[in-house]
Amino acid sequence: MFFRDQSEMLPARAAPITEVGIVGWLRINLFSSYPNSALTLVSLTLLLLVVPPFIDWVLIKAQFSGDTGEACSGIGACWAWVDQRLGQFFYGFYPAEAHWRVNVTAVLLVPAILYVLVDNLPGAKFGRWFSYVYPLLAAYLLVGGFGLEVISSDKFGGFMLNMIVGLTGIVLSLPIGVLLALGRQSRLPVIRLFSIAFIEAVRGVPLITLLFVAIVLLQLFLPPEVSLDQLLRVIIMVTLFASAYMAEVVRGGLQAIPKGQIEGAQAVGLGYWQTMRLIVLPQALRISIPGIVNTFIGLFKDTTLVIIIGLFDLLGHARLLQTNPDWIGDVDHEAYLFSAAVFFLVCFLMSRYSVSLEKQLSKDRH
Amino acid sequence: MAAPSRTRIQQISDLWTDERLRGIAFQLLVITSLALFFTFIIWNTATNLKHAGLASGYGFLQDAASFDINQRLIDYDSTSSYGRAFLVGGLNTVLVAVLGIAAATAIGFLVGLMRLSSNFLVGRIASLYVELTRNIPLLLQIIFWWVIILTMPRVRDSISVGDVLFLNNRGIRMPQPILEDTFQFVLALIVAGSIGTFFLARWARKRHELTGQTFPVGWSAIGLIFGLPGLSMLFLGLPISLEIPLQGKFNFAGGFNVTPELIALWLALSLYTGAFISEVVRSGILAVDKGQIEAARAVGLPPGLRTRKIILPQALRVIIPPLTNQYLNLTKNSSLAVVIGYQDIVSIGETVLNQSGQALEVISIYMAFYLTLSLLTSVLMNWYNQRTALVRER
Amino acid sequence: MIALTRPGLSCAVFAAFVLPAMVGTAQAATLDDIRAADELKCGINTGLAGFANTDDAGNWVGFDVDYCKALAAAVLGDSGKVQYVSLTGKNRFPALQAGEIEVLARNTTWTLSRDVDLGLTFVGVNYYDGQGFIGPKSLGISSAGELDGASVCIQTGTTTELNLADFFRTNNITYEPVPIETNSEARAAYEAERCDVYTSDASGLAATRATFDNPNDHVILPEIISKEPLGPLVRHGDDQWADIARWVLNALISAEELGVTQANVEALAQTDGGSDNPEIQRMLGSAGSMGKMLGLDADWAARAIKAVGNYGEIFARHLGPDTRLGLERGLNALYTDGGILYSPPFR
Repeated sequence: MFFRDQSEMLPARAAPITEVGIVGWLRINLFSSYPNSALTLVSLTLLLLVVPPFIDWVLIKAQFSGDTGEACSGIGACWAWVDQRLGQFFYGFYPAEAHWRVNVTAVLLVPAILYVLVDNLPGAKFGRWFSYVYPLLAAYLLVGGFGLEVISSDKFGGFMLNMIVGLTGIVLSLPIGVLLALGRQSRLPVIRLFSIAFIEAVRGVPLITLLFVAIVLLQLFLPPEVSLDQLLRVIIMVTLFASAYMAEVVRGGLQAIPKGQIEGAQAVGLGYWQTMRLIVLPQALRISIPGIVNTFIGLFKDTTLVIIIGLFDLLGHARLLQTNPDWIGDVDHEAYLFSAAVFFLVCFLMSRYSVSLEKQLSKDRH
Repeated sequence: MAAPSRTRIQQISDLWTDERLRGIAFQLLVITSLALFFTFIIWNTATNLKHAGLASGYGFLQDAASFDINQRLIDYDSTSSYGRAFLVGGLNTVLVAVLGIAAATAIGFLVGLMRLSSNFLVGRIASLYVELTRNIPLLLQIIFWWVIILTMPRVRDSISVGDVLFLNNRGIRMPQPILEDTFQFVLALIVAGSIGTFFLARWARKRHELTGQTFPVGWSAIGLIFGLPGLSMLFLGLPISLEIPLQGKFNFAGGFNVTPELIALWLALSLYTGAFISEVVRSGILAVDKGQIEAARAVGLPPGLRTRKIILPQALRVIIPPLTNQYLNLTKNSSLAVVIGYQDIVSIGETVLNQSGQALEVISIYMAFYLTLSLLTSVLMNWYNQRTALVRER
Repeated sequence: MIALTRPGLSCAVFAAFVLPAMVGTAQAATLDDIRAADELKCGINTGLAGFANTDDAGNWVGFDVDYCKALAAAVLGDSGKVQYVSLTGKNRFPALQAGEIEVLARNTTWTLSRDVDLGLTFVGVNYYDGQGFIGPKSLGISSAGELDGASVCIQTGTTTELNLADFFRTNNITYEPVPIETNSEARAAYEAERCDVYTSDASGLAATRATFDNPNDHVILPEIISKEPLGPLVRHGDDQWADIARWVLNALISAEELGVTQANVEALAQTDGGSDNPEIQRMLGSAGSMGKMLGLDADWAARAIKAVGNYGEIFARHLGPDTRLGLERGLNALYTDGGILYSPPFR
């Protein structure tokens, strides 16, 4: 046996080259074992096979100017339509001289949403009122009347239509969803049964069947002298659709509220509606916000389905471009790719927000 | 002190504050308004239909469809009835939904694990895939995959696998098995093998619980279900023959074709839903107590068994309810097939609607069909969920 | 966060103010409705090259669109007073039946069941079409009868699938149908050789062929397997309105026959020094009282022609050889030029 009298610390040796710096990072994160190295190599090959040719087609070999599809070579992407059609892709048939109305509506949307979602903003009291009034203001700006030129809803289109259908659907579905969620937990059997039946029936069918109802059947259900605007009919069905999903999100929030809260509220003499409005719902809705945002993202993507019933959303205008004799056959992929990019950008940002909110919430709870 | 005499008003207000009575009154009100609402709608519909001189009813389902369908799981031709056309379409929906659910589950679990991988690149690629597919409308993704598949080799340049299987942009043409009568014996053996495996598995589990000894159930199952029937087939002189596809003037003739529309829809649906499932799986796995994994490692379970025996069973309990939702979504999303011409129930219903003008009936068939599918899926998954929940209580 | 519990307020406000603005009412006499609204609601396609598509400024243009414009010019005096309602194959008839539009000009085939059973009235034919096939020259086929075992791309939504099934059935040959809803996807499938031939209305095929990179590599097969007379239609039950819609179409056709064009219509319509031809005088309102018979003013037809030109000019502008579609007049030439286009006389 060997003992060594050690009275002082040995100087620390530098970490081996294989564990630090770029090499170390590579070793730990990419090549820690044989299977891992194999995975890395496979992934790298995959990326190299897909990314460079794609960039080459989309940007490097692409054509950016020209009046018709004939200007495009076909080797690269054809983006010559963008400068003429961009307005239609975003505003549909909305008259160009009134585009500012859409822009103002879009800009005002930001504070309207922020004041609902974020606490402790300066001027919160005024801001909340602004949020309540916003839908009315938006409707006034977009539709017109009272001094503004009236623009009928068949002029709405492009990405603006996706936003309108999605946002109106989600805002209108929230109160209905809350009522349905409360109804599902109600002690009154009729209310409970009705809520369950409604929620499950709507969640059980695809949105496009409801959209078919909107354009083909809804008119049949109403007295002949009433005729609803096409957009309004779509919004009605989208709202019904979204409220069933909203109900399930809110139910999740309601179930997370401890029983003690409700018992406490009853102990101080609050009635059912007071308990819900003052104690339960504010907490439950707060927990549900990530779910609500996710429902919105889902709904927002689903607004593209209006193309199947003949409305011209962003995708609809992409199709219109594809059927224009000047561009036919030259922009089949490009128009769709552009739409995909727009949706990705918006939905990705929203889902990031939803994730960060979730993290914030779980931090608050612990 | 005299007893307070109750006034009439107080009596009424007592009635109002009586919670039970109030509940009943409220429910009656709801029932009445619902009844009124539906009467209103039915009355209007009847009046409108009469006014427009349109007939209603499901009698048209017996009329000849007079159009063709390219993917038929049951016999159908253009002289068959509308009703049968709906059946063909319904089966096509079920087919793509079942295939999609299987693939989406596999992709979801794989990617869910990939995102937890210690390999940086693998994790990043998995996240990239999830973010891309989750944030782009499915409609576009279906078109995308269809366009990609159309770039496959053309029919004259088909990729041939051993001259029996052909790949081209008109699909995958496969040999079709043609069964002879004696094949029934083989089928019977397969059934017997499956039943045998079931009891063997039960016996093995009991023995494992009692003695801790394990039994290679997987291998014996393969032997029982595939090996024995396979051997018997050799003895019977292969009572099965293959119809090999042959190249004709335009297309391959004979064999069985998987259409590119089915492949594109299946890919798009499973990749889209797979991304959502991977999130479900990831959060399910993260929900498993770290101590469980450490304990498993401490008793020396190898990584594969650790995942299979410790992590997954516990994660599954968290995973299954949201997984059911994803299955339902996939089934409903298959209705977008119409954009690329996969003839599912919606696509066929549209054609029927165009020919017959029976909008009310066609849309009611859609809804009844999807509601039934959703209900069936929910019931199945609830049954499975209860089974996994029972295991926990033992 | 309390903010979220009170969105009911916004909803109530929305319901009270916005809904009424979007809900209209329909009445009996179509002409009065149109005059009251000062706008013609015209149903068109959701996008079909040459017939109804949008230009770069976002305006609807095309062969069917010009009919809407002519009708609006005749009835309201302004070809711009049209609200275009884009309709799919599914909702075009319900929309017309329910009164959401006053006229449907959406390349719709005139068939007995539509005319009778669906409660609609076709007012004439503005395009004689028929279903045909297009295929690559390299296939070496000269007749659709040789298509045994072929894959056929179909643009769905009309009677196309049925005609095709009938054709193959009567010729006792098999095929694989590939039904696709929109022209752009169907066209892409054909170009990728997903199918051997593509079937649609012959007009659509010719237009599609013209936009291929090498049009000469594709042939249109000689068989036309169906008759597809396309025309505008209105609801049953308002004969005055059907008459107006019918005679605006006839005026456009007669104008070509009589040599009345967008450029000369004003000169010809003058009471003094205008046309000497009595039929032109009657049509353009410088003689007789045909406008009054229809319930319109005297120069209704002159306005329609002034707005969009005669039939020949409309055809040349949107479909003819000078456009990218490059369609020949064919059946749609005047009966005097070897076609079958024939308007009843203005008498």
